[in-house]
Amino acid sequence: MPVNTDYEGRRFELRESYEVSAESIRAFARATKATHPAHFDAEVARVLGYADVIAPTTFPVVLAQRSESAYISDPDAGIDFSRVVHGEEKFSYTRPVVAGDRLRAATTVESIRGAGGHSMITSRTAITEEASGAAVVDVTSTIVVRGDS
Amino acid sequence: MAAPHLSELNVGDVVATETIEFSRADLVRYAGASGDFNPIHWNERFAREVGLDGVIAHGMLTMAAAVTVVSTWLGDPGRIIDYGTRFTKPVPVDDAASGSPESPTQNLLVTATVGVLDAEASTARIDLAATAGEAKVLGRAQVVVRLDA
Repeated sequence: MPVNTDYEGRRFELRESYEVSAESIRAFARATKATHPAHFDAEVARVLGYADVIAPTTFPVVLAQRSESAYISDPDAGIDFSRVVHGEEKFSYTRPVVAGDRLRAATTVESIRGAGGHSMITSRTAITEEASGAAVVDVTSTIVVRGDS
Repeated sequence: MAAPHLSELNVGDVVATETIEFSRADLVRYAGASGDFNPIHWNERFAREVGLDGVIAHGMLTMAAAVTVVSTWLGDPGRIIDYGTRFTKPVPVDDAASGSPESPTQNLLVTATVGVLDAEASTARIDLAATAGEAKVLGRAQVVVRLDA
């Protein structure tokens, strides 16, 4: 089944909020070889002006991919995950992610277009503060679904 | 660890260069920390069945590891306000033939260069070059950072 272009413009919201813990920040930093002490030591982060340890730059991908998966795994979206290749990724910050944040994520399917037998899908996940709705970071992702060859 | 000042920088300056090692164990660790358990990143048989030459790193691990050179140089990871890249080539990470599964089997060479200086916005664009072996694995990898004048 080809990728369903009717999904362009649709929005998928992560049902639960995500509580950012210092431990999840530390685990992500270790796993990505991010050695800056502001990811590990709350005192260092406070000296830099943050309330607690701050997340590495790409940490919000954890929420973004959860939110995107509601779309990608929707059977009617027509995305064969075994044919998916990651094309592009971008993080645009309003403010850093800090331990203790309670965040929400909502993914909008921005565009679905064909390119040489493949489909390119760009989605944007807005990550916001649960309490205020204020923007924290936008994550834009482009995946390529390889066509039959 | 004072952050560099905008006035100290010139377009073309190389501000950081680093070699980052990857082992198969690193891919498993990233899968755990990120929640991305796609078997192409840890299971040889599955990776070959979907047409790859073997297990490859998560694109998001490469992206995350590459930007750590900028966070270290900045002295404050929270000064990164924007980070985007394209994934141009896969990064194969073989299982170590002998000894510890933590033994590195791939090197990512990352070089960070000043691309654009914007005094009005108090930002600099740092361009990342990332290669594994001969292959350029990230394309248009750009990091926008907030700096004092």
